[in-house]
Amino acid sequence: MKHIISILMENEAGALSRVAGLFSARAYNIESLTVAPTEDATLSRMTIVTSGSDDVIEQIIKQLNKLIDVVKVLDLNDGRFIERELMLVKVKATGSFRDEMKRMCDIFRGRIIDVADGSYTIELTGSGSKLDAFLEALDKAVILETVRTGASGIGRGDRILKL
Amino acid sequence: MELSGAEIVIRCLQEENVKYVFGYPGGAVLNIYDEIFKQDKFKHILVRHEQAAVHAADAYSRATGQVGVALVTSGPGATNAITGIATAHMDSIPMVIISGQAPTPAIGLDAFQEVDMIGISRPCVKHNFLVKDVKDIAPTIKKAFFIAATGRPGPVVVDIPKDITAHLGHYEYPKSVEMRSYTPILKGHSGQIKKAIKLMLEAKRPMLYTGGGVVLGDAADQLIKLAHRLGFPVTNTLMGLGGYPATDKQFVGMLGMHGTLEANMAMQNCDVLVAVGARFDDRVIGNPQHFYNKDRTIVHIDVDPSSISKRVKVDVPIVGHVQSVLAEMNELLDAETRTPDAAALKAWWTQIEEWRGRNCLTYNRNSEIIKPQFVIEKLWEVTKGDAYVTSDVGQHQMWAAQYYKFDKPRRWINSGGLGTMGVGLPYAMGVQFADPSAKVACVTGEGSIQMNIQELSTCKQFHLPIKVVLLNNRYLGMVRQWQQFFYENRYSESYMDSLPDFVKLAESYGHVGMNIEKPADVEGALTEAFNLTDRFVFMNFITDQNENVFPMVPNGKGLSEIILAEDL
Ligand SMILES: Cc1ncc(C[n+]2csc(CCOP(=O)(O)OP(=O)(O)O)c2C)c(N)n1
Repeated sequence: MKHIISILMENEAGALSRVAGLFSARAYNIESLTVAPTEDATLSRMTIVTSGSDDVIEQIIKQLNKLIDVVKVLDLNDGRFIERELMLVKVKATGSFRDEMKRMCDIFRGRIIDVADGSYTIELTGSGSKLDAFLEALDKAVILETVRTGASGIGRGDRILKL
Repeated sequence: MELSGAEIVIRCLQEENVKYVFGYPGGAVLNIYDEIFKQDKFKHILVRHEQAAVHAADAYSRATGQVGVALVTSGPGATNAITGIATAHMDSIPMVIISGQAPTPAIGLDAFQEVDMIGISRPCVKHNFLVKDVKDIAPTIKKAFFIAATGRPGPVVVDIPKDITAHLGHYEYPKSVEMRSYTPILKGHSGQIKKAIKLMLEAKRPMLYTGGGVVLGDAADQLIKLAHRLGFPVTNTLMGLGGYPATDKQFVGMLGMHGTLEANMAMQNCDVLVAVGARFDDRVIGNPQHFYNKDRTIVHIDVDPSSISKRVKVDVPIVGHVQSVLAEMNELLDAETRTPDAAALKAWWTQIEEWRGRNCLTYNRNSEIIKPQFVIEKLWEVTKGDAYVTSDVGQHQMWAAQYYKFDKPRRWINSGGLGTMGVGLPYAMGVQFADPSAKVACVTGEGSIQMNIQELSTCKQFHLPIKVVLLNNRYLGMVRQWQQFFYENRYSESYMDSLPDFVKLAESYGHVGMNIEKPADVEGALTEAFNLTDRFVFMNFITDQNENVFPMVPNGKGLSEIILAEDL
């Protein structure tokens, strides 16, 4: 099953490579990984999307906790949470396609953030599956380029990951 | 106080009460070596290869429980150290390795003797640090010792660029360490401990399975107390030997791939298994699917949560320091009115004695050729079971583990997890430094000993009275054994040709060398060697080339699929 794991860790050089190295050394999946400093500049927050059986996920959490730079680990799938990802898609937009693209973009609540002669660049946020759905709804031939940030996640309500 | 980075390094090591630093100099650590020259609080042991420095420091730690310290230069010094670091990491040995690094401004520019030590060592350390400012040296070294020694111990690398060792900085050694990201758990959960006690008291076929954690966690006394009170059989892993006295009647021997029949069968057939500081690894339980037994409940005590339920699902996990958890169990049992099920236990022991009666460790005692097992038995007799035995990796290692009855922890020093050939001699050096008057035997093979043979020179320089017990079978014996069993006798590259004259080799270093070719001479040679209390003696025992290690659980099989010598 897919799991979203949030990690608070010391904002130290090399911390990212320790996490990435752990996943590759133990042959765990990484679907996506994002990391940035938090409001407390000494801490970074990482979100990893991974998948595996319950046993594997349990090991991943334990192994992450074992890393000396890791302060806290939360498996967001243990409770209610929100997942968001940002995607930029550059699509062909010529002739009648220009309206069609605009409509698709509106349906998915995206925004056109760059307009060029033959193309639009669309910004879209949402869960990974919403972004997938958008791409599926498009004709493959019109997609010129996509870039995704990977998921960020946060617990709902009073589920808070903080020191 | 303003000191140079190099002086600070020395002060920190002194503050940590380091007695020996095993190392090898080079450009990036010249400033540190200059400060070593000027001090006499700790002794520097110059080895002949950095791998040996790390192994020796590792063995010093295994023998004493203190953090072992090694010092190497950048580039090739650092890469030579890696095998030693990985070896210590796999066996959870507390160590601090200080490596030199190219000067800060040169890092990343492919400078002379630059290698990314942090990157290279990352997968085989508990943690590592690159020191980027002279003011960080003291706090970093303090943290390194703290991390190495606490929780599940392990090696920590501190990589220090050359310019940092020259910079001046304020020095103050931190009194304590506080790390929000690292707070090892000590005490086990009381509720879980009570649950475990209940299971143990209700068990019909109980079993204590203990590993290196008992040795590293100094929990042998508590284990003995617990086992004696409950009357349960005890088995040790390769790493756990000595954690429970081998001459005690409740000891059923080592378990695993080359464990005894009684240990493996009891392990497979028990109904309550209490694992203490052990990790159910593949050489111990074989195939987890075959190991699975629906009628068995497992209690697992370990300081490392990630060791629990990693290979085998556990029913009652207890995360905590094994010594503390076993002590708490003993206290609870002191206050306990219930007792173990005596009738069930009696029946269980009858079954175990039946397995034990098969004498799975018998071998041909009337052989004209020296049997390796016989040498180890005699070694045990001659040293009255009181020696430190270091070992290399191969058949000789298994025979040493099977036939030398270790009654005390920290006496059996070997590379269990990584299985590193070449550790034997440097391990013996580390142990001899730790206990200068002790009897130290290095049991080795002619393949393994040649992987760090250059250390004969270090042994000469420091007058180390080590006794090398070479079981010379002219084969990479363990490889040959697998080729015999699983590759239809195709002995691909496992014959060791062109061996040196070991006696002459030893003598060329000023050591004593002996060739022993007849069983009748074995005891005499060992006695003579150990009587030379101030000499390094190299005993070359010419042993049976075709001897195999039994029992054997083939790779990927279950513990009860064990093969005995008599089966073939
Ligand atoms: C550094 C290293 N290389 C290779 C091996 C694989 N290996 C395991 S046992 C063994 C043979 C050891 O031969 P020897 O030291 O002569 O001991 P014997 O088995 O004959 O007692 C080998 C090559 C290893 N464990 N370590």
